[in-house]
Amino acid sequence: MTLDPWVLATILAMALATYATRAGGYLLFRAIRPGPRIRALLGYIPGTLFIAYVIPALAEGHAPQWVGAAASVAIMIATRQTAAAILGGTAVAWAVWALI
Amino acid sequence: MSLARPRFSWAAMRAGARLSIPMQIGVVPFAMVFGILAQDRGLSLLEATLMSGVVYAGSAQLLALSHWSVPAPVLAATLATFVVNLRLALMGPVLGPWLDRIRGWRLWASLFVMADQNWALSVGELQKGRFDAGFLFGSGVLMWLVWVLSTVVGYALGSAVRPPPGHPIYFAALAVFVSILVQVWRGRRDVLPWIVAALVALLTARLLPGTSWHIVAGALAGSAVGVWRDERA
Repeated sequence: MTLDPWVLATILAMALATYATRAGGYLLFRAIRPGPRIRALLGYIPGTLFIAYVIPALAEGHAPQWVGAAASVAIMIATRQTAAAILGGTAVAWAVWALI
Repeated sequence: MSLARPRFSWAAMRAGARLSIPMQIGVVPFAMVFGILAQDRGLSLLEATLMSGVVYAGSAQLLALSHWSVPAPVLAATLATFVVNLRLALMGPVLGPWLDRIRGWRLWASLFVMADQNWALSVGELQKGRFDAGFLFGSGVLMWLVWVLSTVVGYALGSAVRPPPGHPIYFAALAVFVSILVQVWRGRRDVLPWIVAALVALLTARLLPGTSWHIVAGALAGSAVGVWRDERA
């Protein structure tokens, strides 16, 4: 149970940097009171942010991830249950991985 | 009338925690891998647990460990952490309709526990017209607990249980976001922004690997194209 001073300093600096991004973006937008154009931009952010997250990750993946992702989308459209889509997609990915 | 609507209710916290349970499946192996790697890199259990508890950002923690040295790399790890977490700066403002209604510790604590997964769930709730930030807080607190405890378990069990890289259990983390995509889809007007976001993200990921610039660049480019197209119409 040691706590090295350099490790402690690194952990605390990383924590500050992370909290700066978590709180900073929100506080900045609250301070500048964005107009309709920025609010329209934020309306697009959830979808485009997830696409920008998912597509490069899938491009690095292989058949299990691709089939699993397709299964998650299909289950989500059919059931609208996030839990079923996550569990079902992961199960399908695992099955494909076991088969090949 | 807005006074009648709860801002930070216990019921919403419980609903957030309950609905986030499937997402914890992706969190557990992620945190365990961090614990295993931390042990491998010579961190003590106290140091590994502290990092998970106060940083609470998986990809940044893993990136820091992958470039670890003695003495600990204060500047490099901090800069890398900031760049990997820049996406969080874009995520906070989207929840503005919730966060604007709370103050003090409720606001600061809700921002602290905001992570990719519970933000995604919260955006879904927001789009359904619910306005209680307790949902973000409740799902975040549970995820924080799972993250810290799984770090300890991974550290204690060591490499004996480490799933190999590419094992489909890691896909659970990605399946969360794939499923959320279906939920945030708003119809045909999303087609062009999403294509632009995907192309810019792929290109940026190739140019700047190991950061989250591709997420920031893709999201901003795709959204800007959407706004530009709407204003021309």
